[in-house]
Amino acid sequence: MSTLAAPNLVVVVVIAVLVAGGVYLLLERSLSRVLIGIILLSNGANLFMLVVSGPPGGAPIVGLTPEEAMSDPLPQAMVLTAIVITLGMTAFLLAMAHRSWQLHQHDEVQDDEEDRRIARLAAIVPGVIPDRALPSTLDQEAAEARDETAEILEKPGDEGDAPG
Amino acid sequence: MNWLVPLPVILPLTGAGLALVFSRHPRAQRTISVVVLTLVLMVTVSLVWLADGGPLVVNVGGWAAPVGISLVADRLSSLMLSVSAAVTLCVLIYSLAQGLTDGDEETPVAIYHPTYLVLVAGVANTFLAGDLFNLYVGFEILLLASFVLLTLGGTVARIRSGSIYVIVAIASSLIFLVAIALVYSATGTLNLAHLAERLPEIDSGVRVVLQLMLLIAFATKAAIFPMSAWLPDSYPTAPAPVTAVFAGLLTKVGIYAIIRTQTLLFNDGRVDNLLMVAALATMLVGILGAVAQDDIKRLLSFTLVSHIGYMVFGISLASQIGLAAAIFYVIHHITVQTSLFLVVGLIERRGGSTSLTRLGGLAKVAPLLAVLFFIPAMSLSGIPPFSGFLGKLGLLQAGVAAGSPLSMSLVIGSVLVSLLTLYVIVKAWNQAFWQEVPDDLPESKLIGGMVGPTAALVSLGLALTIFAGPIFAYTERAAVDLRAQTPYIDSVFTRGDRGEGESPDAVNEERGRT
Repeated sequence: MSTLAAPNLVVVVVIAVLVAGGVYLLLERSLSRVLIGIILLSNGANLFMLVVSGPPGGAPIVGLTPEEAMSDPLPQAMVLTAIVITLGMTAFLLAMAHRSWQLHQHDEVQDDEEDRRIARLAAIVPGVIPDRALPSTLDQEAAEARDETAEILEKPGDEGDAPG
Repeated sequence: MNWLVPLPVILPLTGAGLALVFSRHPRAQRTISVVVLTLVLMVTVSLVWLADGGPLVVNVGGWAAPVGISLVADRLSSLMLSVSAAVTLCVLIYSLAQGLTDGDEETPVAIYHPTYLVLVAGVANTFLAGDLFNLYVGFEILLLASFVLLTLGGTVARIRSGSIYVIVAIASSLIFLVAIALVYSATGTLNLAHLAERLPEIDSGVRVVLQLMLLIAFATKAAIFPMSAWLPDSYPTAPAPVTAVFAGLLTKVGIYAIIRTQTLLFNDGRVDNLLMVAALATMLVGILGAVAQDDIKRLLSFTLVSHIGYMVFGISLASQIGLAAAIFYVIHHITVQTSLFLVVGLIERRGGSTSLTRLGGLAKVAPLLAVLFFIPAMSLSGIPPFSGFLGKLGLLQAGVAAGSPLSMSLVIGSVLVSLLTLYVIVKAWNQAFWQEVPDDLPESKLIGGMVGPTAALVSLGLALTIFAGPIFAYTERAAVDLRAQTPYIDSVFTRGDRGEGESPDAVNEERGRT
């Protein structure tokens, strides 16, 4: 038991890679990258839960495995629940990315325009009430604020079905 | 009367299923939702009364406590449950009236009602959860429902703000999940009462790591300063009733989780100073953000962040009066913040905008609206005699009683933030309710169905003021029990180290862990 109790180094490395990759992708602007990041991250978390919650053993079914060789069934049940929940979340995020694509032809998270307007107000004319002409320039700014993925996607030149 | 405990979760979930079945019959859906939420309100109010005699515990499925899942309704839980039930019922009726007059263009009814009921069930499950994993599941239920409600209709603005909200929420849930894994590996249990017994036995360094992991997860949901930026960014674009219920309840669920873990699991006070600093930063950053805003919804979202700081302040003092005042403040804030957002929905309807520069003269055009805004707004900024003043007074007393330099600076900070809140509110009042009536004022009338629930919530806020004595006494009893821990633990483990229900002699079979 004691040799089995130590977590396998390969599994630990896999968790580290999943989490690191997940965090990196989570920091991107494109929703589909964020989505992949969340999938990686949640798999890392689930694997982590399985590894830390006890030594591996046989299937925890009475009559099939002797009691002392059983693995702990509770974390397995919890991981299953967590997987189902994350699946739902991922599906929702996927739907949002798709909707964003429908609306903007890209799936990048935009800056908050109201926030930028307040920031500009503070920077340029302190104390002056804004006029209503501002939003038009803001649309341009929001367009400029898109990050590099849009350019990469636009480069191929074909309008119809750009991303793979 | 223990059978009442699971009802706040079961009823809305059943209602959600029924509402889905009747998705083509809006009238039936509306009836189901209203009936279900009224029943939940009645159940939770009786729970408040029953829990005063000691926590009520239900072991789900008849499996005894540390093995099975337990639902616990103590004073804190049932108070939170009843206030959230009252708030959700008012908001539902408000949204019904809005949906009827707007022709449901913005809110597709077929999914609105089931989702709303699932949200209520999720909130109730979080308040009742007797173990960490059930708490996680409760969070996920309410989060998934909130995702749908926040992005109703899938407009450009809602998808933008929704994506930020969804990503932050999922990230914090994953942190919570990792924290749960760590807690399980360190202690071999997730039952809160069991953890309260086992956590003091483990290495104190490990304990601090567990505590901080859980705090980060909960603080993100509660929008405490370094993790608060998502809130003002995502709430304002949702439909008014949805923003109202989110602002009132969802952050408080995080606060509830912090109160629970700080008192039951980690009562050694090792991160109290950190919490105090976070509370001060939350208050100041939130209110300074609000000062700069021009849109009244965003302004209120920033004050929401700011006032979360007060609750964290009360929790971080870890004294009886501090905790009691924090719980009172949570109750007060749920009511007041929700009613303010509902009033803003009315302002948007009557004035045609939420931008303070475009609004004006509402006090002349709609005096009733002005009264409905004025009362919760004054309560929010802590003007006597309203409930906000009483909550803040309790917090200040607790802060002065603690007497450390940090708590004294928090006392000063909270007075300052209170003044700034007043400034923000007065600014909003001045721009929206006074000034000239703008020329392009829409010819819309206020609808009784929307004003009614708003007025009901405002009067609930007033009732909190009038009955502040008994309510404060109740929260004080809750705080005593929370700090003592034993009432909670003993009511879960009625038979030594087991709860009521079926359980084999598993105690001897527990396998040793490293």
